[in-house]
Amino acid sequence: MIEVSGFVALYVFMLAAVAGYEVITRVPVILHTPLMSGSNFIHGIVVVGAMVSLGVAETPLEQLIGFVAVLLGAANAVGGYVVTERMLEMFKRSKKEDG
Amino acid sequence: MGLLVQLSYFLAAVLFILGLKAMSSPVTARKGVMWAGVGMVLAVVATLFHPYIEGVTNLVLIAVAIAIGGAFAWYTAKRVQMTEMPQMVAVYNGLGGGAAAGIAAVSLLKGTHGEDGTSVAAALGGDVATLALLGGVIGSVAFSGSMVAWAKLDERLKRSTLVENHQYWNIGLAALTALLAIWAFNTGFGLPILLFFAAALALGVFITVPIGGADMPVVISLFNALTGLAVGFKGYVLGNLALVIAGTVVGASGMLLTFLMAKAMNRSLANILFSGFGAAPAAG
Repeated sequence: MIEVSGFVALYVFMLAAVAGYEVITRVPVILHTPLMSGSNFIHGIVVVGAMVSLGVAETPLEQLIGFVAVLLGAANAVGGYVVTERMLEMFKRSKKEDG
Repeated sequence: MGLLVQLSYFLAAVLFILGLKAMSSPVTARKGVMWAGVGMVLAVVATLFHPYIEGVTNLVLIAVAIAIGGAFAWYTAKRVQMTEMPQMVAVYNGLGGGAAAGIAAVSLLKGTHGEDGTSVAAALGGDVATLALLGGVIGSVAFSGSMVAWAKLDERLKRSTLVENHQYWNIGLAALTALLAIWAFNTGFGLPILLFFAAALALGVFITVPIGGADMPVVISLFNALTGLAVGFKGYVLGNLALVIAGTVVGASGMLLTFLMAKAMNRSLANILFSGFGAAPAAG
């Protein structure tokens, strides 16, 4: 595993925060809700962390909590994607009608 | 295999950032969510080959959990009406927060199991223990808060006060949660951590109930940003940079988005969060 600790982590954290802030500064009001939904999907990456947690679980209690965490994380990712996709689908249609 | 896993995580992080960038413009938005989707699949598939995952039982449990959670979300997300989208985002966001809290619980458990009397701080290291607890409280608040937001938007929950003098209760609960976190930090696993999670969950409910239904989208966006932050902290705890980057990017962009949404409504965020504490509960 890559060692992420101390100041290296702090730098990664800072750069990621700046990147996150910068990439959406020009978002139009009409995209607020889809973007919220899209970023909701992206933090569905938590499922990967849950998978690793369950993967290293040793006691039944750890396995139970890990199982629930993976279940919730997977629902976050899948639901977030489908909902975002459906919202943006609506944009495509209205665009075509306009043109 | 470890190298391939790391490479997949790296690509996923790149795809998430580019996807988010594309999602902020109407022309490229659909492409953006697709890129992010590719990144997600890449990261999840790579994790199945993660060198840390040991034992067939755990691998089977992972597959079953993904199948159940994924199928539930797929089904509900496909069926939901367009007008009900915001509350579904709240639900999925809450589930993500719950997952982050679950990871925190497992990390805290692992830190101390089998060694009676070892404090969480000593077992995990001060920095990891702190971020595990911080991620735990943020994830729990996002979970219970999002569920209240969903209930409010879905008009299942109409009341806007739980107790008299709501603001004192909220401050008290926040202080209690912080104290319990400090207690858990300095002692081994057990009652302190259990109470800590219970207080954090209650805090999420108490914060969200007084906020009016019309303001909920902004609040959901705030919880979305908080979940992202919690995921970033979990990334540090687990030593997984993909989580750190994706979580932090969402945390920062979600925070900005929250302010933009509040601004679009001509309100300040503080006004939205604390408006329920005024003398006019009918406003909700």
